[in-house]
Amino acid sequence: MAYMHIGKDFVPPDVPGKVTGRIKYAEDYARDGMVYARLLTSPVPHGRVVAIDASEALAMEGVFGILTADDVYPDGEPQSPGLKVLTNEPTLMGEPILAVAAIDEKTAEDAIAAISLTIERLPFVLDPLDSLQEGGADAYNGGNTYIFREGFAEEKWTADQVASFRSGNEPTAEALQSWEYGDLAAGFAAADFVHETTFSTAGYPHMSMEPRSAMAYWENGKCYLHGTSQSLSAIAEPMAAIVGVPLEDFVFINEATGGGFGQRARAGSIPSMAIPAKLSQKINRPVMMRVTREEEFTIGGARQGLQGWIKVGFKTDGTMSAMDMYCISDNGGKGGGGDANSAAAGVSALYQTEAMRFRNTSIGTNTGHRGAQRGPGENQIMAVMAPIMDKAAEELGLDRLEIRKLNAAQNGDVSGPRSTPFTSAYMPEALQQGADQFDWEGKKSRARQTNGSKVRGFGIGQGYHNAGRSGMDGIVRLMPSGRLQIHNGVGNLGTYSYASTSRAAAEVLKMEWENCDVVTGRTDRHLPITSPQDGSNSIFTNTRTCFGAAQDLLAKMKEIAAMDLGGDVADYDVDGVRVHQIADNTVGMTYAEVAQRGIELGGKFSGEAELPEELNTLTALSVSRLAGSALMGIYHDPRHSNNPPGFTVTFMEIELDKETGKFDILDLVTIAECGTVVHPQGLANQLRGGAVWGIGLSALERHLYDPQNGLPASSGFWQSKIPTYLDTPAEIGTGWVDLPDPENPVGARGIGEPSMGAVSAALNAAISDALGGHMFDAAPVTTDMIVNHIAGISEDATPLAQNNFRG
Amino acid sequence: MNPKLTRRRFIKGVIASGAAATSTTIWYSANGQSRPAGAVERMIRININGQMRNVDVAPQETLASTLRYKLGLTGTKLGCNRGECGACTVLVDDVPSYACSVLTHSVKNMRIESVEGLESANGDLHPVQQAFVDELSPQCGYCTPGQVMSAVGLLRSNPNPTREEARQGMAGNICRCGSYDSYLNGVMRAAQIG
Repeated sequence: MAYMHIGKDFVPPDVPGKVTGRIKYAEDYARDGMVYARLLTSPVPHGRVVAIDASEALAMEGVFGILTADDVYPDGEPQSPGLKVLTNEPTLMGEPILAVAAIDEKTAEDAIAAISLTIERLPFVLDPLDSLQEGGADAYNGGNTYIFREGFAEEKWTADQVASFRSGNEPTAEALQSWEYGDLAAGFAAADFVHETTFSTAGYPHMSMEPRSAMAYWENGKCYLHGTSQSLSAIAEPMAAIVGVPLEDFVFINEATGGGFGQRARAGSIPSMAIPAKLSQKINRPVMMRVTREEEFTIGGARQGLQGWIKVGFKTDGTMSAMDMYCISDNGGKGGGGDANSAAAGVSALYQTEAMRFRNTSIGTNTGHRGAQRGPGENQIMAVMAPIMDKAAEELGLDRLEIRKLNAAQNGDVSGPRSTPFTSAYMPEALQQGADQFDWEGKKSRARQTNGSKVRGFGIGQGYHNAGRSGMDGIVRLMPSGRLQIHNGVGNLGTYSYASTSRAAAEVLKMEWENCDVVTGRTDRHLPITSPQDGSNSIFTNTRTCFGAAQDLLAKMKEIAAMDLGGDVADYDVDGVRVHQIADNTVGMTYAEVAQRGIELGGKFSGEAELPEELNTLTALSVSRLAGSALMGIYHDPRHSNNPPGFTVTFMEIELDKETGKFDILDLVTIAECGTVVHPQGLANQLRGGAVWGIGLSALERHLYDPQNGLPASSGFWQSKIPTYLDTPAEIGTGWVDLPDPENPVGARGIGEPSMGAVSAALNAAISDALGGHMFDAAPVTTDMIVNHIAGISEDATPLAQNNFRG
Repeated sequence: MNPKLTRRRFIKGVIASGAAATSTTIWYSANGQSRPAGAVERMIRININGQMRNVDVAPQETLASTLRYKLGLTGTKLGCNRGECGACTVLVDDVPSYACSVLTHSVKNMRIESVEGLESANGDLHPVQQAFVDELSPQCGYCTPGQVMSAVGLLRSNPNPTREEARQGMAGNICRCGSYDSYLNGVMRAAQIG
């Protein structure tokens, strides 16, 4: 289909501000009379505050006030595992206990130094299996796990059960969570090759470049909060609730966010923004809270680590006939996540496993706050699975590409415990496109070729994430000036989907992009609700809402024209400037004229009546404040059916130095299968960025904690090393299948998360290939692990270790 | 000397923070909010973006703090405040430098350029900025001003770098979004349109 905007590059409106430094992040703002907050954080990984004596601090010149957990939670802290604004019951080192506001940060620090904190040190634990073993410490007050709707609980295994698991055997304890489909026993009985192993994947921090600094002030009863978020409108209502202010009196300001990656998607993962808001309310001054890199590490979130056991069966033809997976998920000191469940669902989706069982038990540790991180679960497990697919291909005498094609998802396929159909799926096409672009047939014979100490390795990776939602709202306004204002609540964290999805509205109305404005950046610009910008959903979800709102506007334009100029609605069309009769295009109205007429007519035309019944709360509030200002298109998106997948494929060639364990990526091609491409440059950026993240997952990033004191040793960019220019290839090849999805009006699905998983998988497979098929069953595979393997040294002093070195 | 900011207290702060030197202590010392009595001249003139500016600078104040909190030049970002990430990169006599790790007093006789100084008087973007727009190099954008300044510094010393030279030249700047390839595309385009 020929589009005006979809599939075309453009300059998102915030890009010039990013290259000039003009765009403002939360800490770039200042306010007259602004004072500064600093945090007193927990000096222990697990403790209970016994007493706080702040009398000396509060008497200091320049100190304006203190905020404690008792102020935030006068009725007691919530007994849930999530992050709290402040706490008297810290379960991780560095968790904020109180905040002090002062004339400057030095004075605030001096005041904090003058506070007498009495804290009871409680037993702590860093490895889920250490906690799981009987007699092991519990990370939380009330247990080591949290059961939904029931509360904290204690889960223990015998020492023999833990030792058996660490030794590589299937766990024998009953799991807290499970699902199953198909006939597992029959699947394994039909298998000609069965692979069984334990595996571990590391937790590691998100490390967004912008620390989660925030500034707040109150004016005329309203709270204005400058913060950071990947979901501008979606966090407004829950954040207002955390601050304790009605939604109509809360303004969230967030023009740009310096990275999210899952941990700024929802208010519950960034409750620290409420600290300056509540302090400001208490002391009646604007409060800036600058967050340091260490604080960002502590409360900024981390990927869940997995300790697992897996058993996979393949038939002679290469079909994956059965998969059995058991995970222990590291819930860290706060939060938790569904990584293991997503990992299993991801395997089901990518490899179309005929029968499958999933079991999981989530256990807390006194380590970093866990939550969703780019492709949570899927991206770890794909790194584990790719070498297993290669092993199966080798054992069954199949080509590595062919075994993946054989198991690939196609249109009409289903996945997961509920056998959910895909909205569309073209994985075989993606695999072939990647193979062609990479020249798999021409290159694969070079696998395991040596040159001195160096050896070539090849890897094929696949990625998947459920990539689309519905049930959200859209608002567009045609102004008396003739310009189109597209209200968009997606956050601005660098995907540019806030702008690219808005182009679906311009597409419907055939308007030049220069005549359109994306209205975003702060909630008092009256935004519709949209899904949190996580789960790779924005492209699918928000093209639906923007398209729908524009369709509503288009219908109203035609109705007004028919009303004023005669004829039926069906007699009219638009050309981007005028709404006119199809038969005689001299009969018509300009967009400016029809907008003005809509305001005059009022009622449904200007958002004052006949609104969609199911509008969400924030949208309804925004519409009420915009009513009468323009000819309005308002839309509530009904629920769609089925699972819109984001698929990726990566082909990679590496050269690994067996003397040092270091490898160079010689070639990397990554292909997206995400429906119609909306914004090619944005998609390429997601593929390249995902590639860098995939390299980090499979080779570099991991939590490290001091086992004696529970101190984090990976709180900086260089300890849990994120990939740099020199860790990544100088060029990353990209491509896309570009076939439309029927559940989206412009055919699009999301891609941000699977862009990482395919690369993590390809890299782990390439390392394994270079080492003659050796499987580490882990991510990351670091240089020390490679060198130890080559030297014949045991890779695991403590098998399946989490939050520590493996060796 | 400020009685509240002794070397002992600084070291105690570092120890108390754990394994790495915390930037907490550096924050307040760097922000120039202490008022030490002493012989060091506080009101100095610095050459920033071609303009001489008078500014009150504490002895231990970093250039990043001066730029951001004294001169309102918030384009210079602080990602780590301890010389790890490069988000605060500015040019000091044409050399890319981490502004979080440079004391303002040490550069008072040098030319300092921040991202705000690159546009021409008529508002045209610098070739590096324009190339970064054309290539859609930024993602979240927080590291972008630092990437821009490193690229400008690189191209002044090496106007026609190979892609590998550009990769090495930009290696002091981290991008968590992983936009390295797109930034390199921008550097190479800027070198062409220079």
